[in-house]
Amino acid sequence: MSRLPITKTPKCYVGGAFIRSESGRVAPLHDARGAFFANIPQCTRKDLRNAVEAAAKAGPGWAKRSAYNRGQILYRLAEMMEARSAELAEAIQIGGSTKADANHEVASSIERLIHYAGWTDKYEQLLGNVNPVASPHFNFTVTEPMGIIGVLTPEEAPLLALITLIAPAITCGNTVIALASESQPYPAIVLGEMLATSDLPGGVVNLLTGQRSELVPTFASHTHLRAISGVANADERKEIRLAAADSVKRVNLRKAEDPTDWPSPKLQGLSAIRELIEFKTTWHPIGA
Amino acid sequence: MSAAPQALRRLLSEIGTVDQVGIEERVAKYTTRSIKKKSKLFGLNLAVSMVDLTTLEGKDTPGKVASLCQKALLPHDQGDVPTVAAVCVYPAMVKHAAKYVKGTPVRIASVATAFPSGQAPLKTRLAEVRAAVADGADEIDMVINRGAFLSGQFSLMQDEIAQVVEACGNATLKVILETSELETYDNIRAASFLAMRVIRPGDFIKTSTGKTSSNATLGNNQVMLDAIRDFFLETGTAIAMKPAGGIRTAKQALHFLIAVKETLGDEWLNNQRYRFGASSLLNDLLRQLEKERTGAYQAPYYFSEAAEAY
Repeated sequence: MSRLPITKTPKCYVGGAFIRSESGRVAPLHDARGAFFANIPQCTRKDLRNAVEAAAKAGPGWAKRSAYNRGQILYRLAEMMEARSAELAEAIQIGGSTKADANHEVASSIERLIHYAGWTDKYEQLLGNVNPVASPHFNFTVTEPMGIIGVLTPEEAPLLALITLIAPAITCGNTVIALASESQPYPAIVLGEMLATSDLPGGVVNLLTGQRSELVPTFASHTHLRAISGVANADERKEIRLAAADSVKRVNLRKAEDPTDWPSPKLQGLSAIRELIEFKTTWHPIGA
Repeated sequence: MSAAPQALRRLLSEIGTVDQVGIEERVAKYTTRSIKKKSKLFGLNLAVSMVDLTTLEGKDTPGKVASLCQKALLPHDQGDVPTVAAVCVYPAMVKHAAKYVKGTPVRIASVATAFPSGQAPLKTRLAEVRAAVADGADEIDMVINRGAFLSGQFSLMQDEIAQVVEACGNATLKVILETSELETYDNIRAASFLAMRVIRPGDFIKTSTGKTSSNATLGNNQVMLDAIRDFFLETGTAIAMKPAGGIRTAKQALHFLIAVKETLGDEWLNNQRYRFGASSLLNDLLRQLEKERTGAYQAPYYFSEAAEAY
C-alpha cells in the first residue's frame, strides 16, 4: 500500500519562530523541470517591520555575548549545516544546479561560517587601537556593532551568497534581516531550520522570502535598519541610496549586473566585517 | 452562606449580569476592524490627546517629572501632534509637575488614597487626597476598598468613595476598581455601578492601577463601557472611562477606541470622557504618526525611548 505524501509547508524564520506571511499570501515554487515543489510565503513590508522588531529585541543580548561565545555559536551553526548538508544540497538543486555544484556550494558555505567563527574574537585586535595623543590621556578606538542590518541577496548562489552576507554582520554583534533569493528561496527556508537548532538566539538572523520589488523600498526607508548590504540592480541601487540618505543608513551594494564569484575567498574576511561596525573613540586621563 | 454572595446577588438582579462568552466574542471582533489612512490618523491623534502620561515609580524624582511634563506639553517636535490630556504622578510629585504644566491645557492627575493597595486608614487616605489637591492636582485617581467590596460591605465601599468625592473639591475623580482583583466580569459590573452611583457627572471609573499582574483588557474595558451606557440610559448621568496599564501599542489603543465608538458613540470620543493611563503608549503613537507623515517605519530611539545601540 502506498503512503500518502506528507509535504512540508515552507515557513520563514523570524524572531526564532517559523512564520507564514502576515498577508497569508504564498507563491508556487517550481523545480528546474517545471514540476510544482511547494508554496513559498510572500512576505510584505509588515513582515519586514515585525522582523525588525524581533531583531531589535534580540540585538542587545547578542552584542553583549562574549566574542568567544559568538564564535562558538557560529561554529555550531556550521556543524548543524554539515550534519544536514545533503538536505541543503537538494534544496539548491531545486533551482537547477547540478549535484556537484550544489555540494560545492554547501561546502563553501560551511567553510565560510567556520572562517567567521574564527574572526569573532580577533577583529577587535586588528580594528581597535590605542592612539598616540599629545596629552596625558589614553585614547582608545573600539568597535561597536551598527545594529540591525538589511541584507539583499542575489538571485544566484542562494545559500552561499546568503551566508557570505549574513556571517560578517553577526560575527561582530549585529542582527540581520535577510531577503532570500526570489527565484530560489528554498535553501533559505532550510537554513532557517538549522539556525533554529544552532544556539543562535532567536531574532539575530531573520529570513524573509517574497518579491524584491515589494520589499526593497521598505528595506531602504525603514529608519531602524542601520545598513543595507548585498546585491542590487541599477534601479534598486538608486532607490536604496535615496531612501538611505533620508535615514542616514550605510549602503554597501554589489552590482547585480556584474557577475560575482561567490566562492572566492576575496569575499570573506576583515574588510567585510569592517563595513558593518561603528568606531568609537574615547579619551581617558592617565594617572590619578 | 456569607454576606458577600447575597449582597452581590441582590445587586446583580437589579443591574443585570454579564455574559462572559458574549463579551469576549464581541471584543475579539474589535481587533479585526480595518482602520486605515485618514481614520487611522484621526484615531492616533485622538489617542495622543487622551493619554494620561504616567510615571508611578519609587525612583521618580523631580527631574524625571520635569521631563515627563515637557514631553506632555510637546510630545514630538515634528508634525502637528496635540498635547496629552494629563500627567499622572504620585502626590509628592504634584508640586513639581505644577511648575511646568499649570496654566497649560495639560492637567495634573495624582494617584492618592494609599495607591495602589488602598490599605491605609480612611483618615490618612482622605488627608492624602486633600494634600494632592492643595498642591495643585486637577484630578485624583483613587483606589476602591477591594476588601470591602469582596466581603459584601458595599455601603462601606460607597461611603469611602463619597468621602473622597468631598475631599476632591473641584478636582475630577477617577475611581480605580482594580479589575484583576475583582476576578469576575459580574464583580466588575457590580463595582462599576456602586462607584457610578456616588461619583459626579464627568468623574471617571478606571480599570486598574497598573501594579498587578493583569491590567486593562478589551474584555474588562467592554464590561465597564456597557455599565456606563446602562447607567447613562437609566439616569442620564454621563460617567467617563479610563483603562490603564498594559496598553503599550498604537494598535491596542485603536482597538480600545473602536470599543468606545461602538458602545458609547462619538459623545465619548474626547478626553473629557475617555483616557488612557499609560507610560510607553505615547511613544508608539508618535512613532506611528511619524510613519504616516513620512511613509517610513521609524526607529524607537527617535522618540525619547530609553534605547541601547539597537
